[in-house]
Amino acid sequence: MSKFKKKKGGDLPAISTASLPDIVFMLLFFFMVATVMRENNLKIENRLPQADQTEKLDKKNLVMYIYAGKPSSRYAASAGTQARIQLNDKFAEVSDIKPFVLAERAAKREEEVPFLITALKVDGDTNMGLVGDIKKELREVQALKINYTTREGAATGNLE
Amino acid sequence: MARRSAPEVNAGSMADIAFLLLIFFLVTTTIDTDRGISRKLPPPLDETVEPPILKQKNIFVVELNKNNDLLVEEAPMQLSELRAAAVAFLDNGGGTGDEACSYCKGERSPSSSDNPEKAVISLRNNRETSYAAYIAVQNELVAAYTELRNRESERLYGKSFTQMEEELKDVNYSGSKDRLKDQIKQIQLMYPEKLSEAEPKK
Repeated sequence: MSKFKKKKGGDLPAISTASLPDIVFMLLFFFMVATVMRENNLKIENRLPQADQTEKLDKKNLVMYIYAGKPSSRYAASAGTQARIQLNDKFAEVSDIKPFVLAERAAKREEEVPFLITALKVDGDTNMGLVGDIKKELREVQALKINYTTREGAATGNLE
Repeated sequence: MARRSAPEVNAGSMADIAFLLLIFFLVTTTIDTDRGISRKLPPPLDETVEPPILKQKNIFVVELNKNNDLLVEEAPMQLSELRAAAVAFLDNGGGTGDEACSYCKGERSPSSSDNPEKAVISLRNNRETSYAAYIAVQNELVAAYTELRNRESERLYGKSFTQMEEELKDVNYSGSKDRLKDQIKQIQLMYPEKLSEAEPKK
C-alpha cells in the first residue's frame, strides 16, 4: 500500500483539443481582417496584367470599378466570345458607362465627387480598342482620374 | 451552505462554431488586388483651341502595332530597353539659353529634347493591341519618370521621390506635410509627366 500509485499503463491519454477553438479563432480573425467582401460577381475572365510602378488605392468607397474582358465560359453562349464590359453585376455596352458614372457620382456626397477614381480592371488579352472606347467615354463625362488595376510583377511578363 | 463549484460550460462545440464562421469568410471573401498604375486622362478636347506646335525633336514617339510590336521613333525596340531610352530622351537637356536645363545629366544632343518641361512622350496604339502590352509600356514609361524624379529628389532632399509620396500618405509622418507637398510639387515641376496618347488607329 504505497502512496505512489503506479501509472496506469496501456491506453494513451487523449490529446487535448481545448486550444483548437483558439487556433481556429485566430485564423478566423485573420480572414475577417485581411479580406474584403466580394462586391461583384465576375462574369468575365479577369487576368490582370502585371506592373511594378503601382500605387495603392486606399479609399475603397471612392473607387468605382469597370471590368472588361472576354465572357467566362459559362456566359459564352449568351454573351458571345468578344470582350465585353461589366458594370456592377451586368454586361454593359460602351454607352452605359456615362449613366453608370453619373449614378455613382449621385450616390456620393458632393465634396467627395472630385476624389472619385475609376479603377479599370481589364483582362490582359482585351484589345485596346475597347479600352480606348471606355477611356473616351470617361473623358467625356469628366471622370479623369483612372487607375489601371494590375498585379504586382515585372512588366516584361506581359509580353509572353 | 454547501460549497458547490459552478458547473463548467461545455466548450467542445466552440470549435465547430468557429469553423463554420471561418468557412463562411473563406468562401465569401477575396483578397482584392487594389494596386494599379494611376493616370489622369486629358479633359475633353476643346475644338476652338489650336493645339500647340511642338518641335519634332521634343516628341518621343512610342508606337504599339497590332502584333504588340514596339516601335520607338520608328525603330523596333525590345520592351526591356524602353525605360533607358525614355530616360535618355527626357533627361537629354539639349536646349540652350532660356531653354537650357541645369539639372539634366543627359547627352545634351541637339537632335533630342530641349528640356524635360518640353519633352513629350507620345504613345500610339492600334485597336488590336493587347491591353497587357499597353500596360507594360505604360509601366516602363512611368518608371522612366519615377527614376528621374527619384534621382533629383535624392540630390535635393536626400530621399527618393517614392519615399516622399509614401510619407505624404502616412498619417504617422512626423515632419511638416506642407513642406513635403511643396517638395513633391517641386520635383514634379522638374520632370512633369507629359504623356500624350493618341486615339487608337483602326
